[in-house]
Amino acid sequence: MKFSEAWLRQWVNPPLGSDELLFQMTMAGLEVDGTEPAAQAFSGVVVGEIISAEQHPDADKLQVCQVSDGAEQFQVVCGAPNARAGLVTAFAQVGAVLPGNFKIKKAKLRGVESFGMLCSAQELGLGDDADGIVELNHPVGSDLAEIAGADLPLDDLTVDVDLTPNRGDCLSLKGLAREVGVLNNLEVTYPQITPIPAVTRRTLPVTLEAAEQCPRYLGRVIEGVDLSQPSPNWLTERLRRCGLRSIDPVVDVTNYVLIELGQPMHAFDLDRLDSGITVRMAQEGDSLVLLDGQEVTLDPATLVIADASGPVAMAGVMGGKNSGVQSDSTNIFLECAFFAPIAIAGTARRYGLHTDASHRYERGVDFQLQAEAIERATEILLAIVGGQPGPMVETVDQPSMPTQPQVRLREWKLNSVLGITTDVAQVDEALRRLDFTVTERKSSDKGIEWQIVAPTHRFDIAIEADLIEEVCRIYGYNNIPVTKPTVRLPLAQVDLQRHSERQLRERLAGLGFQEVVTYSFVDPRVEQSLNQRVGLQAKMLANPMSSEQSVMRTSLLPGLIDAAKKNAARQQDSGRLFEVGLVFKPPHEQEQEVQQDLTVGGIMWGRRSPEAWLDDGAAADFFDVKGVVEELGQWAGLTLSYQPPADEAMHPGQSAAVMLDDRHIGRVGRLHPMVEKALDTERVFIFELDGSAILHRAKRRHGRVSRYPAVRRDIAVVVDRKVSVQAVIDVLSRGMDSICTNITLFDVYEGEGIDSQEKSLALGLTLQSQETTLGEDEINAAAQSAVTLLEQQFGARLR
Amino acid sequence: MNIETVLQQGVEAANAAEDLRSLDDVRVNYLGKKGGLTEMLKGLGKLDPAERPQAGAKINEAKVALQRHIAVRKNALETAAMAASLAAETLDVTLPGRRRDTGGLHPVTQAMYRIESIFSGAAYEIVSGPEIENDYYNFEALNIPSHHPARAMHDTFYFGDGTLLRTHTSPSQVHTMERQEPPIRVICPGRVYRRDSDLTHSPMFHQVEGLVVDENISFADLKGTVIDFLQRFFEKELQVRFRPSYFPFTEPSAEVDVQCVHCLGKGCRVCSHTGWLEVMGCGMVHPNVLTMSNIDTEVYSAFAFGFGVDRLAMLLYEVDDLRLFFENDLRFLRQFN
Repeated sequence: MKFSEAWLRQWVNPPLGSDELLFQMTMAGLEVDGTEPAAQAFSGVVVGEIISAEQHPDADKLQVCQVSDGAEQFQVVCGAPNARAGLVTAFAQVGAVLPGNFKIKKAKLRGVESFGMLCSAQELGLGDDADGIVELNHPVGSDLAEIAGADLPLDDLTVDVDLTPNRGDCLSLKGLAREVGVLNNLEVTYPQITPIPAVTRRTLPVTLEAAEQCPRYLGRVIEGVDLSQPSPNWLTERLRRCGLRSIDPVVDVTNYVLIELGQPMHAFDLDRLDSGITVRMAQEGDSLVLLDGQEVTLDPATLVIADASGPVAMAGVMGGKNSGVQSDSTNIFLECAFFAPIAIAGTARRYGLHTDASHRYERGVDFQLQAEAIERATEILLAIVGGQPGPMVETVDQPSMPTQPQVRLREWKLNSVLGITTDVAQVDEALRRLDFTVTERKSSDKGIEWQIVAPTHRFDIAIEADLIEEVCRIYGYNNIPVTKPTVRLPLAQVDLQRHSERQLRERLAGLGFQEVVTYSFVDPRVEQSLNQRVGLQAKMLANPMSSEQSVMRTSLLPGLIDAAKKNAARQQDSGRLFEVGLVFKPPHEQEQEVQQDLTVGGIMWGRRSPEAWLDDGAAADFFDVKGVVEELGQWAGLTLSYQPPADEAMHPGQSAAVMLDDRHIGRVGRLHPMVEKALDTERVFIFELDGSAILHRAKRRHGRVSRYPAVRRDIAVVVDRKVSVQAVIDVLSRGMDSICTNITLFDVYEGEGIDSQEKSLALGLTLQSQETTLGEDEINAAAQSAVTLLEQQFGARLR
Repeated sequence: MNIETVLQQGVEAANAAEDLRSLDDVRVNYLGKKGGLTEMLKGLGKLDPAERPQAGAKINEAKVALQRHIAVRKNALETAAMAASLAAETLDVTLPGRRRDTGGLHPVTQAMYRIESIFSGAAYEIVSGPEIENDYYNFEALNIPSHHPARAMHDTFYFGDGTLLRTHTSPSQVHTMERQEPPIRVICPGRVYRRDSDLTHSPMFHQVEGLVVDENISFADLKGTVIDFLQRFFEKELQVRFRPSYFPFTEPSAEVDVQCVHCLGKGCRVCSHTGWLEVMGCGMVHPNVLTMSNIDTEVYSAFAFGFGVDRLAMLLYEVDDLRLFFENDLRFLRQFN
């Protein structure tokens, strides 16, 4: 909320400068968000009258005015559109000093001499209005600084204080003054509010149908008001310094009471109300045209103020347009109610509204404040618009009124939670200053125990912790000592069979990949081209920021591809990116909840290695990206296999599903050219792996290293072109004797000398025994058995 | 021919040899089985027996002298050959080496790991939690019932089926307390989401939540831990101050300001000329939260703190625009490798 510092100081005025006072408030939890000058000192400005205004001979937009200060006339050149003969306005004479130390001197404007300046509200530091010079009705010749500073001094700040939801009690000058009083141990001068005697007997019947939501409703009729005149200066000026615009005298007065006491009020045009007032929940078919002109259909969770014809206000949020006070209203009905926070909370938000009233009711308004507020409003209104007040009528459902609970505070708990040794006298003092009633105070073997009841303006005191916080606040957070926790120190569990995410990330960085962080919500069109082909239905946000960020990713690819594209567009013609994060997949059968799986993905495009004098500049291909997956597999100690093709989003001839035994744990390869086209990219290679699988760390154990020499036998066989190398190696690894310790594919040849439907594979067999040096016979037998296996399984023949 | 002449010729031939092979030819010609000096030894038999010893000795002297000379010459030739070969093998060592692209971690990840290391040092466990949460864990269990005004402070992304994207890492507190008996000492890093996007807000960002539950855990301990952390993270003895604030799940609650890491409190653009930076929220865990997680508030107390990692990373790396972290521009990211 915004308030005027000068106004606050009329209630409580600690011996502190502005900065010190505002710092003190911030440090007490009333965070000052910002300040702006509400008014600034000026001098030499008088109320002047324009005697005549004539067109400047050489400037279209300027007028040459003769201005009287009551004693003499001066020639003043003025550019304001509203400058005209007869206007009474602010006249800064030669020698005047305006806010910002702007000195007025004799000047020549387009050849015409000007002795002073006529001022706008903005130039005087009295508002934002810079469209024209101010229009006044004060006696000509009076000192304007004296007039403007008569009620509140000119040197003033508008302070914007950002209050947390628990401090609804500070959403008024009364609350802020009370808090400043507590902090400085000063008494606060509250305004004297006296009951206004009724002049007429006119009342309006009020029925509380929803007493739980509205336990107390005060009303008063005022007849014969005159709303044809604007609010007086002191009122509009006070509101302006609190960031509120003047609307009409009735609204201005209710706003004044809102700022002063924190009690929202509403005024109806009595003649537009149909019989009495009923406070009830909205019913089927209820609708209302609000003050701001929008029509809303009311849901049954909405508390309304209704007359015999239907709702006339959304209780605690906003009044209706048709029943509102207008400039020709003569009889008005003032409403001042206590609405339960729970009844108003959420209503404003549900309708997309946020008003000063709903803001306060949601946080809790002092439930004993209503009478005081309506008397205050009546008093000010009568002084401004006249009229005959009727009696104040209170309708209350006592059983539904809130009660303040009795809360216990124990000295030992206070000390233990705050880590201090309290001086109980200080606690007593803090409670007193906060207006807390101590109903009981007794000693026990663990120290003093208080029973406390909070004042009615506090809605945040229900349990002991609430009181501990209050004591802590008054004690001063920065006066609490600084210690370190004393703890038992068990040692950490370190998982032998898991890698950490951190190790994985560092590994990928070591493989030349740069980590990116991309949004978890993605464009449904991208998600569709990539993943719906795979049959995954992405989870949709109900309230996304934009349609491009409206579904949860089911894979890391949308983000990676987008990052790659953007980088390519920024002249990064090669790159390797990776991301580790959660992806969100539809639930497994029988499960309810979406799966949130840790996933690692990477993308590469452009050259295989950085441009260099000894590099051939070859483009990255399938085997580069597959190599990365293989390295990760080896790191995890997993034997991975590759089943082509991966899925519909991938190139059918250059991709594979990554398999761990029978489990599908990822995909690797090139995107399908159709997908590349749809996403406006080309030749990108990706991999994506299930994080839980790849974070596995196979337990390493020692196997004997042979002391006997290893021998290598190379064989070259011709097989059908369609036979996969993986199949060949699988057959050999399964079929060969244990002395065959390794099989390496070292060449694949297709072309001249080989049938076009065939290919030649060159395989190196490493043979080694744990028991003996192998003899020529054993070596030859092993090589022969490999050839035989391949002949039998694949119809292979030696080349 | 007399011995001196033969020796003289041998020496000259050795000197004339330009490579090791021709030098070896000289050795064979003079010292080999059919070499000149060897032949002369064989001719000794024709001499008078009385002259033989003397003549033999002279021939042997000549042999040794020639052998020595050849050895010296060989050494010289070898040295020259090595020099030539080295010269031929010489590279321009200022040419760049053969390497592959280096990768690296995102600066936010690096800041996250820095934080994790600091807390692991004090035996905090690191736990992670789901990003799609239900209303209970994100709000209810944290003492934020559905009508609570504090919900307005969280611009939440909803799915419309009771689930939502977590708005803070605080739900991990609840998961941890449900899973584990005190003493508890954890930090929960991760992604969080709020419907907000401007210069200083991203709809997705990173937080770390910390939680300590034990007997006799106090607000003073919280202050000590927070101050320690900030000073370790920035490696500076920065001033830290605590302001009363409000979070439904802690009480007392505090906002933490740290002396500006950039100007050390003098006032600069980074701290909007206040000398202070607001960096985290913290407090004593609200008894309602502990009770909901079945922790006895008469025996145990707890503190919790939470902060934005992106903001700390910005301060640490002097990044002035939050959005740079999510643009994933390689030129930006590589600066931190």
